[in-house]
Amino acid sequence: MGTAQAKKKFVLTDFVTKWGTVLTIFILLIFFTFANWNNDTNSSMFLTSSNIIAVLRSVSITAIIAIGLTFSLAVNGMDLAVGACANFADTFIMTMFVWYGMSMGLSIIATIVVCLTVALINSILIVKLKIPDMVAALAVMFMFQGVSLTYSNGGAITERMTRPDGSPAEGLLPAAFRSLGSQPWIIIIMLVVVAFAHFFLNYTKHGRYMYSVGGNPTAAQLSGISVAKYKVLAYFLSSAFAALGGICLAARVGTAQVSAGDAYLMPAVAAAYIGFSVMGAGKANAIGTLIGAVMVGLLENGLIMMAVPYYAMNIVKGAVLAIALAMTYYTKKK
Amino acid sequence: MKNSKLEMKNISIEFPGVKALDGVDFSLTCSSSHALIGANGAGKSTLMKVLAGAHAHYTGEILIDGKPVTIRSPRDAKNLGIEIVYQEVDTAIIPYLTVAENVMFNSIVNGMGKKQFINWSKIKSSAKDILKKLGVDVDINMLASDLTLAQKQMVLIARCVVEKCRFLILDEPTAPLSNSETQELFRVVRDLQKSGVGIVFISHRINELFEICEVITVMKDGKLVTSLPINEELQQNTIVELMLGKKFDDVYDKKVCKIGDNLLSIEHLTEKENKIKDICMHVAKGEIVGVAGLVGAGKTELCKTMFGAYSHTGSIKVNGKQVNNKTSEKAVKNGFALVPEERRKEGVLITDPVYSNISIASINKYTNFLKVVNKKKEKQDAIAMIKELGIKTPSENQSVALLSGGNQQKVVVAKWLSSDAEIYILDEPTKGIDVGAKRDMYELIEKLAAQGKGIVYATCEFNEILSICDRVYVMYDGQIVKELTVKDTDEKELLYYSTGGK
Repeated sequence: MGTAQAKKKFVLTDFVTKWGTVLTIFILLIFFTFANWNNDTNSSMFLTSSNIIAVLRSVSITAIIAIGLTFSLAVNGMDLAVGACANFADTFIMTMFVWYGMSMGLSIIATIVVCLTVALINSILIVKLKIPDMVAALAVMFMFQGVSLTYSNGGAITERMTRPDGSPAEGLLPAAFRSLGSQPWIIIIMLVVVAFAHFFLNYTKHGRYMYSVGGNPTAAQLSGISVAKYKVLAYFLSSAFAALGGICLAARVGTAQVSAGDAYLMPAVAAAYIGFSVMGAGKANAIGTLIGAVMVGLLENGLIMMAVPYYAMNIVKGAVLAIALAMTYYTKKK
Repeated sequence: MKNSKLEMKNISIEFPGVKALDGVDFSLTCSSSHALIGANGAGKSTLMKVLAGAHAHYTGEILIDGKPVTIRSPRDAKNLGIEIVYQEVDTAIIPYLTVAENVMFNSIVNGMGKKQFINWSKIKSSAKDILKKLGVDVDINMLASDLTLAQKQMVLIARCVVEKCRFLILDEPTAPLSNSETQELFRVVRDLQKSGVGIVFISHRINELFEICEVITVMKDGKLVTSLPINEELQQNTIVELMLGKKFDDVYDKKVCKIGDNLLSIEHLTEKENKIKDICMHVAKGEIVGVAGLVGAGKTELCKTMFGAYSHTGSIKVNGKQVNNKTSEKAVKNGFALVPEERRKEGVLITDPVYSNISIASINKYTNFLKVVNKKKEKQDAIAMIKELGIKTPSENQSVALLSGGNQQKVVVAKWLSSDAEIYILDEPTKGIDVGAKRDMYELIEKLAAQGKGIVYATCEFNEILSICDRVYVMYDGQIVKELTVKDTDEKELLYYSTGGK
């Protein structure tokens, strides 16, 4: 009897760890549906198709940046510079259009290439100079927060702005670029990114190697895997996706506000870490990151609708991250 | 000064499945130094850990000056003036603190009482005094992390003698030390002995023990063999014989393999930090070559250097062709395979399933032009390999962490079998696996040899070398000191050369 009970209990905790995040999302959905009930129309303001699309849209950017972070987490690194990188991409692509009137394709490619300098510096610091991942990326984060501000002369980049030298900027955002930032495109981009990351990490040799490097670098090295090479690759992918996230941010907002991308760091970290526990993966994974991003986005949207002041929202978001981490690590210990 | 006498009587201790000590008697007086020797697993360290209070569940009696005492915790031992310096100094040194704080660590931890503030000047002056008394020249303001191994050891010894230390146990203190550092240690030990401390000196190096100690106790299989005074009449050979006894429990009949052309030749291989020096060796196709040596002789370092994990100078030739094993990645490409000693830490991806552990070194076989892995084929091959090697696992998806040690080791070998390696470097392949699995391992190694692979078998278990190898190199202090043909040698000779005999 005793053992049967113990077994049942074990299965339950197991279930909670594996599906707790998904469960939480459903609970949040139900909670926000009724918390935002409009008695006049006898329907929820939360559960409307336009609001759900709004949630997905705001989730997209977080998810894309968090996917970048997921690659660095797969090799047991931690790219804290993703927010700063997204911010730099946001600023840079806006100047490409507004200051220089470049074409859309060229601007996007140039932005991603330029943002890979973040990865380059990360790689040198982490792989070559052997600085612990998190501290190195923290330094790079500060550096690129400064780079963005310096580059934009400390201001926002908008259409019809005045250039630093006083002349008017004539470049405009292409309509096609703006449409990238609205549904359905931004959601499609997110889904493609997640699908790519999932495929790459789980079905290719490189993904397998990355997880091996993250799981046990010594064993990976002694199996003939170049640990340095895969760490570098992870940081390059991380910066590339962070840059893509920044580009989507520019497309959605249509301007580059000061430090707009930096704000995505914490939600991205939260999303990727919440993703650890999804389906019992126990490691950074693309699907989990998506679900984590949805959870964070849902929470944000629901709280706004409930008119929670924006300055109190971080309390809730921080607490949710702490709970998600507790769920991942508490059971891992045993 | 009163000469205290410490006696241990009929000490036994059991760990799950092993009787580590079986009715051992041991005695030690102050102002003397006592050598403790025995093969790996003889119980030397366990006996001393009992004395130092690290194993509370022993049975038997410990007496000091005829009065029974209880030692059930390290605190008890310290209160009785028994101190121990363990083999791994890094587990006891606190790298973030200065030398002075490390020396005075016990008084900082235990002697503070209700005081909240550290009296720096007192700590520094006490530390300085004790180091001066020992004649050790170390700057007390240095961070412990910047010290050399030998200096760390001195700091730990100083930590022990700061308090009223009557008995000091040194567990393999000389293993990582150079010759001059060893001499320095001996000087300190002699001084301490003169000042009335009783010293237990555990070592594998017989000649050192003969130099520094007065009495030698030999242990074997958890039992006391004998205690003898060290004098001119005592021969090193006698000790070797006593250590071995006459028991040969697992005799294995090696099948004769045809030895082919030369496969691997290594010349003047030297590791960058001189962990191994000027290694010359060769291995032929189908040959099993042993590397014998005691713990700390440099076997693991040799294996890893060959495999490109450490930077090195010297030449490595495969089939007469010069290869460059600059990194492990290159070594794998050149047909090398390493089964590392620390299986769980270095050999397997412990939380990953069996099948991906088997395929990790050969995953290119399963990828298409997009580097997408064909999981179905990968698993099929893994299942075939599991069957071939008789790996006991419920399925290929089982996490390696849940397999037994022997089966984990088979997974490591399977990894290299599927990568078509030519040269297998096995570092303590039977460590921590049971007798049955050991036999399987032997058969597997023989099978590899029969296929014309070259095998390097590094171990400190000499009976294994005699069972399975054709030829053996004996290592001592990072160098190859002797090459022997297995059928013309015995355990005694191997032990003689690996303890520094010439």
